[in-house]
Amino acid sequence: MGEFKVHRVRFFDYMPSAIRAMAFNSRTERLALSRADGALEVFNFADSYFQEKVIPGQDGRAVEALCWVRGRLFSAGLNGEITEYDLENLRPKYTMEAYGGPVWTICSNSQGTHLAIGCEDGTVKIFEVLEETIRFQRNLDRQKGRIISLSWHPSGALIAAGMMDMIKVFNAESGHATHRLLVERGVGASKSREVVVWSVAFLSDHTIISGDSAGKVQVWDGVTGTLVRTHLVTKWDVLALSVSRDESSLLAGTSEGTVVQFQFISSTVDQHDKEWVRTRTFKNHTHDVRALAHTDTAVVSGGMDTQLVVRPLLEKVEKNTQESALRKIAFPHRSLVSCGKKAGMLLFQFHGHLELWRLGESDGHGEEKHTCTLSETHGGCQRWQGDDHICCSALSPCGGWLAYSTISSVRLYRLQYNGSNISITKVAKLPKVLRSAHQLCFSSDSSKLFASTTHSSVIIIALSQSECKYLHTLRPKSGTRQPVHLMSASEDGKWLATANSDCEIHVYSLHKLKLHCTVPVYSSCPTAMAIHPTTSNLVMVHADQQIFEYSLVQKEYTEWSRKLQKQGLHHLWLARDTPITHLTFNPRNPAHIIMHDTYMFCIIDQNLPLPDQKTLFYNQMTLRSLPEPERTSHSHSFKICKTFQHLLCVSLLEDHSLVVVERPLLDIASQLPAPVRQKKFAT
Amino acid sequence: MVEHGDIRVVHRGGSKINFREPVLSHDSRLLLCASGECVKVFSSSTEECVHDLQGHTDLVTGVLLNPSNHLQAYSCSADGTVRLWDFTDGILIKVQLHCHHVSVQPLSVSVFVYLLMCMCVTLTRLLSSSQGEYIASAKGLHLEVYFFKKQKSYRFSLKEDNKKGAKNTFTCLSCHPKDDCIATGHEDGKIRLWRNFNHKREYTYSTLHWHHSAVSSVRFTPEGTNLLSGGVESVLVQWRYNQETQKDFLPRLGAAITHIAVSPDGELFCTAHSDNKLTVIQSCVKVSAVIQGLVKGESVRTDLMVDPRSKALVLNGKPGHLQFYSLQRDKQLYNLDIVQQEYIHESGLQQFEVVKAAFDTRGNWLATVEERKQKDSTLELNLKLWAYDEQTQSFVLNTTVSGPHEARITAMCFCHTADSQTTMLVSASQDGHFKAWQLESNHYFYEGPFWSCDFVGAYHSLVPECCCFSADGSLLAISFQEVVTVWSPASWELLTTLSQPPGAIRDLCFGRQSCSKYLLGTTAKNLLCCWNLLTCTLEWSTSMDVSLLLSDPLSENMAAFCSHAGLFVFKPSEPRPLFSHKAICSGKVTRAVFAPREEMLESCEESSQWLNRSQLYFLTQYMDLMTFITKAEEDRLMASSKRLVIDDSVAVTPFYLLLGKHRQQQQEKQDRSFSAERNQLPQGSVAIKELLHTPAHVLPSASFLCSMFVRSLLISVTDKEKKSEEEEMESDKEEESECEMEASTMGQGQTAEAQETAAPALTKAQARELRRVKKLDHSWLSSLLDS
Repeated sequence: MGEFKVHRVRFFDYMPSAIRAMAFNSRTERLALSRADGALEVFNFADSYFQEKVIPGQDGRAVEALCWVRGRLFSAGLNGEITEYDLENLRPKYTMEAYGGPVWTICSNSQGTHLAIGCEDGTVKIFEVLEETIRFQRNLDRQKGRIISLSWHPSGALIAAGMMDMIKVFNAESGHATHRLLVERGVGASKSREVVVWSVAFLSDHTIISGDSAGKVQVWDGVTGTLVRTHLVTKWDVLALSVSRDESSLLAGTSEGTVVQFQFISSTVDQHDKEWVRTRTFKNHTHDVRALAHTDTAVVSGGMDTQLVVRPLLEKVEKNTQESALRKIAFPHRSLVSCGKKAGMLLFQFHGHLELWRLGESDGHGEEKHTCTLSETHGGCQRWQGDDHICCSALSPCGGWLAYSTISSVRLYRLQYNGSNISITKVAKLPKVLRSAHQLCFSSDSSKLFASTTHSSVIIIALSQSECKYLHTLRPKSGTRQPVHLMSASEDGKWLATANSDCEIHVYSLHKLKLHCTVPVYSSCPTAMAIHPTTSNLVMVHADQQIFEYSLVQKEYTEWSRKLQKQGLHHLWLARDTPITHLTFNPRNPAHIIMHDTYMFCIIDQNLPLPDQKTLFYNQMTLRSLPEPERTSHSHSFKICKTFQHLLCVSLLEDHSLVVVERPLLDIASQLPAPVRQKKFAT
Repeated sequence: MVEHGDIRVVHRGGSKINFREPVLSHDSRLLLCASGECVKVFSSSTEECVHDLQGHTDLVTGVLLNPSNHLQAYSCSADGTVRLWDFTDGILIKVQLHCHHVSVQPLSVSVFVYLLMCMCVTLTRLLSSSQGEYIASAKGLHLEVYFFKKQKSYRFSLKEDNKKGAKNTFTCLSCHPKDDCIATGHEDGKIRLWRNFNHKREYTYSTLHWHHSAVSSVRFTPEGTNLLSGGVESVLVQWRYNQETQKDFLPRLGAAITHIAVSPDGELFCTAHSDNKLTVIQSCVKVSAVIQGLVKGESVRTDLMVDPRSKALVLNGKPGHLQFYSLQRDKQLYNLDIVQQEYIHESGLQQFEVVKAAFDTRGNWLATVEERKQKDSTLELNLKLWAYDEQTQSFVLNTTVSGPHEARITAMCFCHTADSQTTMLVSASQDGHFKAWQLESNHYFYEGPFWSCDFVGAYHSLVPECCCFSADGSLLAISFQEVVTVWSPASWELLTTLSQPPGAIRDLCFGRQSCSKYLLGTTAKNLLCCWNLLTCTLEWSTSMDVSLLLSDPLSENMAAFCSHAGLFVFKPSEPRPLFSHKAICSGKVTRAVFAPREEMLESCEESSQWLNRSQLYFLTQYMDLMTFITKAEEDRLMASSKRLVIDDSVAVTPFYLLLGKHRQQQQEKQDRSFSAERNQLPQGSVAIKELLHTPAHVLPSASFLCSMFVRSLLISVTDKEKKSEEEEMESDKEEESECEMEASTMGQGQTAEAQETAAPALTKAQARELRRVKKLDHSWLSSLLDS
């Protein structure tokens, strides 16, 4: 595997923000997720839960609720606006003021024709969903007190609204309330406090299920308006409810971090009178479970502890497969670190600012001493106009340029060093075409900036000391509308590869400034790719953990790639649950490919034989114990190192030292607010 | 050597009552539990034992109410029989032999009793639903549910051990009486409620967790509204079915819960505890009765003793306590807290234990030794002397001597003198000394007498092992390894030493009564020696591997238990043993005692004469208390139980009183040889006897009986005449008003009148009773008579 000098970087204080809302689209199998900072993420559950799209947030815009209407995504927040998102350009399409004060909830009917929102002022507003926009239709009867939660009856004729101390059922046609269900307050001290109905679910058999701040999950008969059952689930709040599509299972998320499952089962075998029975309890969170989704096969939960947890329901999936494993998604599936390889600099991307660090002298293997040369780019003074958050950033390999993009603008900075001082100058005049970018990338000689924009096109800008000049726009032939999420330029400056959410990979020739070829489309989305500096082979890793190598010269898969596909990857490699997020090469040994995911980094030696299913996969320790001559016979091409955990970046510098950026999950957990106090046994 | 067939080793008293789940009768009045070789029927309100259902010849392994008759119960035993009992009356109804010798684990609620018994030998627990639609069993990590209708079984497995260290092994299970829900208890303290188990994959369960270690029993109440669970925490937890967050607790039950039973009407719960106790709990979670059996710890550190006052068996009970257990009544009398410190339930914690105890002859004094050995600290010893207080009828602490010796006390005994006023206690210790303690009256403090050390003796710095006073208290024998020293307690002078035999002395014992001149000892080299103290020579010795030697205080008999559980009973003066028995139990007998009988047994058979005055009880390796019983005694017991049954079954109703008297008189008349009536009377009396002597629930229907009964009441003309006259006569005597009634028949019976007066007069009480009865309902009788 070779020996490396390692810069072990632990000063990237990346802090993901809490999950606020979730919506699952079972038709497209996409999960939309919103975070406390207003960011929106779309996960593709059909493709190994890959984080397909990220729409950066904005200061002062917290999304309180999300809703899919067919393929369209709507959100509502406490700023009183409804927003529809443009998932192709990764930006809000339009926002519409609801004129009802803060909006607590948004909900569409099953036909997808209308949206209902619940407002602070006690109104339920119905919006009609039009082709391109939405239009206010009418208000339902105004109530005292805010509307916290809403649920449409599948027929679309009735709406249940959770309020303070009560649930109201509205006739969606007439707008009048038909039932008023009083929710009991908690016992003891909380008796004086009004109870908040955080979530309601209206089932097709006219059963209404509510979850409230007194910790109850209540089952109501919506026809008669009577209480059927009360399940006391927690001492704290029941924050979220989610019902499976066949209405046989219900999930309730609580402040204790538990998700409680209820099932609609008959009490005696072979009889048909069914009732809701509390069954399983899942405890995968340390903090409030704010958002829940019940897919056909899994429980998806997220909350204050920032992790998205996918817990498969074991009776619905095959046992001991990749699908049946619990997944925790803690980090974004894209790189937040860019590395100036030649200058030994690191750029960390936060949602509101960037940090630039220069690596110190490492004094030995593993042990690391930093002389941190440069702190945040001018500390807090680097405030962007507007409140938009950063969507991507890049640092040139020479460390002389820095670029970032928000959804509205692209900024380019020139960095100059004299000794320990650094001067940052903003490049004032950028070409007009460069309005926003989904991905930014510098060429290896730092002479060009590539920025991907709408419809997967790439704008090339030539950089020089004096000015920045627009060179060309590269466009794929496929006519895709999806955004580019990966971009990689070759070391020799000949090639540029882009990958988009349609799983297409386009390779452009930079000399000819035109599309060179399109890699055959694979069903899974690429998560990392890079072009080999000497052989010009494009190495791609996909969300389903498959690895391909494509020769750009021959325009076909290489021999090694074919061999790998023929033999198949080791099952332990396929069983990993985080995608490879970064890929790089070792210039000293061209056969080495370095890649990493959250829990390990791996060096693939293309010269060594591939492991078959029976060989010991993680064999570093056994190899070490073997005598020298036997080692070669036992070694295989995958060399995996798990010394460093919770990796955000592994990169090889010019001076052949390895930079490892870690962010231990424990550090993140320690920065979270304290969870609700719970009595633990024997404490 | 003689083997005696008519003396049997039996469980008699002090058996486990927590061995199997107790059963509550339908009306919650009676509580049945398997106890040794019998089934005990307790009253659930008074805690008294109502019946002993005796008949099995081996351990009873299960009790179960007869589902088709709520007054009957099945019991199964390791002897391979299943017996059906009428438990209210204590009658054995039916014996069914079962081919498999190894049975039997309980228990199902349905008719599949026999089926279960074959199947469930290997299973930990087995239960079927109330409707009998399926049967659930759990073993290890698997739960299996078998549906009878579909003839299909479903098997659910849990992971052996997940990362959090949860142990998922099933420990118990219970089926919901109405819903299809199975509750299972697990080793890590979780309770799982399984539902939808008629699906291979879509089964589901919810988890309840309160217990911190293994759940030993779960039980649904008959209505299915509550789930009861218990474990080592000694807390009964009552979960509301479907509202599991609400639960009630009944804490401080004293010991770990091993079984839970619920009465069929749900009024009472019963928990069995590891300290051989049954607790009856009302459904409002309140303890209403406690039935305490003999507490058996892991070992008995003290010897078995008999309290001379109460004749109760005394041994270690609860930690730090001595228990007084009445063998005659098979009941714990009381617990004496010796250590007087809070017992802390924690594994690995060293706590004070009572290791020695001794009574003086009259039961006025009790000496106890408690010790605590912590890993790397010195031994803590306390010698306590307790005086019997007549007022409180219990022992009161008189003196505490902390650190009476430097090292562990090896033996302790009181002087046996019955007459002398001064009592003496001798304790021997590993520190090489023996000490004599005497009661001293205190002149300086106004505090009454207390115990103090009188003499410290030693012999060549050897360790004293055993000590023993002679019957008259004039001699004290102490063994120092191979040497037996004999001291005079009066002057503390060493009288003589006896040695010779190789090997250290294990046991020392003076002969009693006529054999008091003999001193017996056993050595580690398998010798049993008998010294004659008059000649100070070895009288005889025999090679025998004796593990325990003890003498009967009421006779000259001695008992020697061999290490292979053989028993020899002999007199020191006679060469032939009185009784010998091979392998009375498996393993070694280390504790035994002669308990005096309340009434002497009059057995003339030579082989069983040694059992006349006292009974020999011993503890087996598995802490079972066993004793010997003679054939005659057994027969007597059986007979008495049968007689009792008949007495009990006769219900004293006014109707019976009348008929009974009536019959009596008729019989008396018969005796006077009225030849003409003979052929009719027996017929009637047989029918009535049959009617009255069989329990009501085994009788055929009333309609069937009616005609027979009425026919039996029909009396022939002559008989009737006499009858009426007799009645009339009595009423004449006692009460004038009765006359008019039978006036019509009066004239006819003139001839018989003379005879009637000659008949023996009824006693006053009988007559009054009869009159009262007649007053109650004579109208129907007259109509009967007229017909």
